[in-house]
Amino acid sequence: MKSLADLEAIRQRTLDKVNLRREHEGTRVVVGMATCGIAAGARPVLLAFMEEVNKRKLLNVTVAQTGCIGMCRLEPMVEITLPGEEKVTYVRVTPEKVARIVEEHVVNGRPVLEYVIGAEGKA
Amino acid sequence: MELFRSHILVCGGTGCTSSGSTQLLERFEKLLEQNKLTKEIKLVHTGCFGLCEAGPVVIVYPEGAFYSRVALEDVDEIVSEHLVKGRIVSRLLYHGSVSEDNTVKALDDIDFYQKQKRVALRNCGVIDPENIDEYIAFDGYKALCKALTEMTPENVIDTIKKSGLRGRGGGGFPTGLKWEFSAKQPRGPEYQKYVCCNADEGDPGAFMDRSVLEGDPHAVLEAMAIAGYAIGASQGYIYVRAEYPIAVRRLEIAIRQAREYGLLGEHIFGTDFSFDIGVRLGAGAFVCGEETALMNSIQGHRGEPWPRPPFPAVRGLFGKPTVLNNVETYANVCQIILNGADWFAAMGTEKSKGTKVFALGGKINNTGLVEVPMGTTLREIIYDIGGGIPGGKAFKAVQTGGPSGGCLPTHMLDTPVDYDNLIAAGSMMGSGGMIVMDEDNCMVDIARFFLDFTVDESCGKCTPCRIGTRRMLEILNRICDGKGEDGDLERLENLASNIKATALCGLGQTAPNPVLSTIKQFRNEYEAHIYEKRCPAGICKKLLSYLIDPAKCKGCTLCARVCPTGAISGKVKEAHLIDQKKCIKCGACMEKCKFGAISKK
Repeated sequence: MKSLADLEAIRQRTLDKVNLRREHEGTRVVVGMATCGIAAGARPVLLAFMEEVNKRKLLNVTVAQTGCIGMCRLEPMVEITLPGEEKVTYVRVTPEKVARIVEEHVVNGRPVLEYVIGAEGKA
Repeated sequence: MELFRSHILVCGGTGCTSSGSTQLLERFEKLLEQNKLTKEIKLVHTGCFGLCEAGPVVIVYPEGAFYSRVALEDVDEIVSEHLVKGRIVSRLLYHGSVSEDNTVKALDDIDFYQKQKRVALRNCGVIDPENIDEYIAFDGYKALCKALTEMTPENVIDTIKKSGLRGRGGGGFPTGLKWEFSAKQPRGPEYQKYVCCNADEGDPGAFMDRSVLEGDPHAVLEAMAIAGYAIGASQGYIYVRAEYPIAVRRLEIAIRQAREYGLLGEHIFGTDFSFDIGVRLGAGAFVCGEETALMNSIQGHRGEPWPRPPFPAVRGLFGKPTVLNNVETYANVCQIILNGADWFAAMGTEKSKGTKVFALGGKINNTGLVEVPMGTTLREIIYDIGGGIPGGKAFKAVQTGGPSGGCLPTHMLDTPVDYDNLIAAGSMMGSGGMIVMDEDNCMVDIARFFLDFTVDESCGKCTPCRIGTRRMLEILNRICDGKGEDGDLERLENLASNIKATALCGLGQTAPNPVLSTIKQFRNEYEAHIYEKRCPAGICKKLLSYLIDPAKCKGCTLCARVCPTGAISGKVKEAHLIDQKKCIKCGACMEKCKFGAISKK
């Protein structure tokens, strides 16, 4: 350790790990993980989100889980809330869809309309 | 980088450790493993959250769910419900953390935390104290870097002086001034100086220093290094009591990690400044919290004070200029360097800046640690944060300053707490212990308790403290035994003023305070003991008698059977009688009586 830059490097490296415990207004990705969600395959979806957020080093995103949202037939369901915006609900999410949701919605702010609730069956 | 979707924080402070948090941690580890969650969920052993009353405490992020009094069996439910399925286990949530509409409040919005302002405790319960990286992530060692690379030693001292920081160990001496005195002594490689940290927290009921050391040890190390730079010292010592094993272990881990990173040792941040820290264990003598006795003890001598002046800033440890500050004082230093003197001086009252940590104990609902801006009233601390007195009892007094302080009665509840106000009220800040007493506490007995403590802890070097406090205790014992005489109060006051004027160190000089302040505030209770041979609170056993009301007694014989001394006589179905000569006032009969026929007077 010789300089502030060295210190800053450790700080940045660790910040990712403690980020959850800091107060911040960020994007929330919430995966429905009640029995219905888990049975429909929510866990691989959750893991895919974590991996994607991780890969892109999206510091401002929390990936969390919640209980049953009430429309079990549409599980796995994922709710994404960007700061200051309305919640967007995705249904029948699969790990394969995750990368596109993260890229288009979480990063670029354009919800993937063909996956959101109400669009199913039409696509 | 590894990303975790959830963090489980398990309190590893002494309070929660003694209520079983280590077992909880092991259980979590095992269950996370079983559920294959170890890659998603991070388990952190933190320092104290402050709400020790509700321990063991577990907090789960990102929800910020505050689980209190978690039992080992509950861990299974938290894992299967909350962590696997994302359903918060509301039955285990701390009662104050659930809003009226049944949503979970953020931690900072809980009543207990809302009025608090955490500066010294800012990292306690947030970071893993055994991981230097987490400390650095929360701006750790930035203040040291700033001091070494951007500030001169004079700048550092000026900043601390301007901030208005005063010693948190009790005396309230301006910290910057203390540093300046040492800094003015000749400086250079040939002039050895020392920086010491007083972590010999001995006041009954005070545990804020322990919490800082357990929850944020690096904050103390960093501040000591800054002090070393300011005064020109290359060696520091932390004097910590051996009764704090968790604090000692975390300090040792912290020192080792800081050395590995080069944050302690030679040429810190590539500058000419070198500094190292050693830990010295105290053997549990209260007097070693006194600065000169503490330094004697570090030197390997008997823990006895020496006369001042010269003050330690000029001639201290090993005869060299020494800065000695308390743990909590150091815990403020880095924040002042980082945020500036004005930021710190904006908090608090005119002469007492910043915040103060108080250890709430005694008859209070939320036993634990609170940190509030100076100038917060006793009422806010005791009622709004502390949650008031349990069992609907009436508040009687609050004892501040431990064995050196005094009692403040009801009419002083609105006193804004700072150094000068407490002294004006006949007590003192002390290290920040706050013991709340209700109507069931006898003030004479309280005074006797504290004096008994100081008599035990007097080192015996000077006569006023060794003999004077003992004579006072004898008088108090007599009063509690119902043998008080006219003139006892005057004798106590006379002894007290002589001891205060002539004792060698702070221990003796302040030992009479609990007696003096209780005489001042509760003279009527003393007089009831002395002249009426009566203890109004019903505590002093020798002044009590247990009586059976013949009208209520059904003659069930239960009391006679539980009486350990056979003091109760009477036939079945006839009123019983207690022989006052045989009665040892244990109260067993009163507890057992189903008819409420026994009372104490």
